[in-house]
Amino acid sequence: MIEVDSVSFRYHQDWVLQDVSFQVRKGEFVGVIGPNGSGKTTLLKTLYRLLTPQRGDVLFDHLSLKKMSRGEIAKKIAVVAQETYPAFPFRVIEMVLMGRSPYLGHLMFESPKDLEIAKRAMEWTEILPISQRPIDELSGGERKRVYIARALAQEPEVILLDEPTTNLDIHHQVESLDLVLSLNRKKGLTILMASHDLNLASEYSDRLILLQHGRIFHMGPPEEVMTQENIEKVYGCQVWVDRNPVSGMPRVSLLRKGVH
Amino acid sequence: MKILTLKKVLLISALLGLILILVMILSITMGSVKVGPYRSISILLQSILGLKGAGTETEKTIILSLRVPRALLAGLVGAGLSVSGAIFQALLRNPLADPYILGVSSGAAVGAIVAILMGLGTLSFGLPLASFIGGLLTIFIVFYFGRQEGRIHPNTLLLAGVIVSSFLSALIMFFLSVSQREELRTIVFWLMGDFSLSNYQAVRLIFPYLLFAFFLLYAHARQFNLILSGEESALQLGVNVERLKLISYLGASLMTAASVSMCGLIGFVGLIVPHSVRLIFGPDHRLLLPASAFVGASFLIASDTLGRTLFSPVELPVGVITAAFGGPFFIYLLRTRKVVKIL
Repeated sequence: MIEVDSVSFRYHQDWVLQDVSFQVRKGEFVGVIGPNGSGKTTLLKTLYRLLTPQRGDVLFDHLSLKKMSRGEIAKKIAVVAQETYPAFPFRVIEMVLMGRSPYLGHLMFESPKDLEIAKRAMEWTEILPISQRPIDELSGGERKRVYIARALAQEPEVILLDEPTTNLDIHHQVESLDLVLSLNRKKGLTILMASHDLNLASEYSDRLILLQHGRIFHMGPPEEVMTQENIEKVYGCQVWVDRNPVSGMPRVSLLRKGVH
Repeated sequence: MKILTLKKVLLISALLGLILILVMILSITMGSVKVGPYRSISILLQSILGLKGAGTETEKTIILSLRVPRALLAGLVGAGLSVSGAIFQALLRNPLADPYILGVSSGAAVGAIVAILMGLGTLSFGLPLASFIGGLLTIFIVFYFGRQEGRIHPNTLLLAGVIVSSFLSALIMFFLSVSQREELRTIVFWLMGDFSLSNYQAVRLIFPYLLFAFFLLYAHARQFNLILSGEESALQLGVNVERLKLISYLGASLMTAASVSMCGLIGFVGLIVPHSVRLIFGPDHRLLLPASAFVGASFLIASDTLGRTLFSPVELPVGVITAAFGGPFFIYLLRTRKVVKIL
């Protein structure tokens, strides 16, 4: 469904992404991990043409993103980015309705059908009861769900998530990712998530892409990617990798200096 | 579920339009020469209907040639400044932004001062024309410096605007320091905002222009909502962000230049009217823009009316009134946040 074909990208001088190639199948849940500056966010940004790679191409259903208009891309690919705040507080329902924008074109006002779709998105994300609250009065977890609902209202085929769990407590981390997983499993949405949280990425993803210096270091199921050797090499710190006793997925423990 | 519909926008606009008409009527009945409200209205109606009747020639002149064009011009300028203020706040994503923040007003002021010093101030259109040209030049200079790699960066634009604006302020200061006394008074009055030279020609000149700019901006009202969450966020929802920024910058700047050129620098309107409207009706530009236009028009007409009647026959510059009454009112609104639940 998404085909990244030897993509290289640089902002000015240095290449931030170098010859990155991979494919994402429909209905997959893919995690992108890697240290700061390894190119996770940049990679995500090339996937919805916020950035256009200087070399290589990104294809969606065999069609280059370069050949699609912004509106067409927005109907296929929704993004839940790191915290963005409107400069003036909109209400939750208004924020979610903005997800209908790609379908409205030059129309000024949403139709009852758009409202229905927004309502369903709010039902899924369980924010219907707070639909009239201004966005600046919500907690971090609630706000995350508003942005996921907005992405759902776009009726996309793919949702890209950039660090969806930062600034959330463990309860809200799990709650947000459970929601994303249910969209993946029950609605068949394809998910691509960049994350710093190795354990969550391992727990939820079907497949992991480990980036180092803008290149793919390793790619495959979490069991293959999340090994002590890989993580220590890429992140340059000592870790202990074992299995989550309940799920059996790889689990990374951080080690204080001098503890072996 | 309550959401914004066309019906609501039209209904609220009609309501605010009605208030505007009442304010205008009130305005033309007030002034240093007493013409009773009933008499003023009948003079106005008869002239609209093309009838002869009530009122002496003097009264007719006062109502029809002085007060009516003055109210119309104040209304247009108030609407123009309020709408462009709302747009600048969205474009720069900065609640402190107002129509003057990018230096258009300073450029217009330099143009006007040059015209006054060259003795063009007495020509019927010397002053507005010179000031409009000054504003236009500033728009292009700021635009030129405010771009990077062919794209508008709001912060760079803001910085370029503030710097160009302070350079122009230095020029203004220089001109003030070398001006003769009688020119000085004209300049100072212009800088504070002055409607005393209003006439129908000015109204006819800027009305189609402001109307065009308004509809150009209003056609993108929904996109302005999206860009409030940032450019990337708007782009993710399919907005052509660069085009939107270009349209909003040029549209709002030209609106400001046109408004300012007719009456000088009236402060505060473009800052507090959009904010007040947001506090009452919410931040959605589909309602914010028309509501700001009507409220801004009413507010400036009322301010100007106060300015010319409060210490009559002495006329206060309208900028004094907008700041003196608008400021405290805005603080009150901000503190109480009395958000009327119309939506």
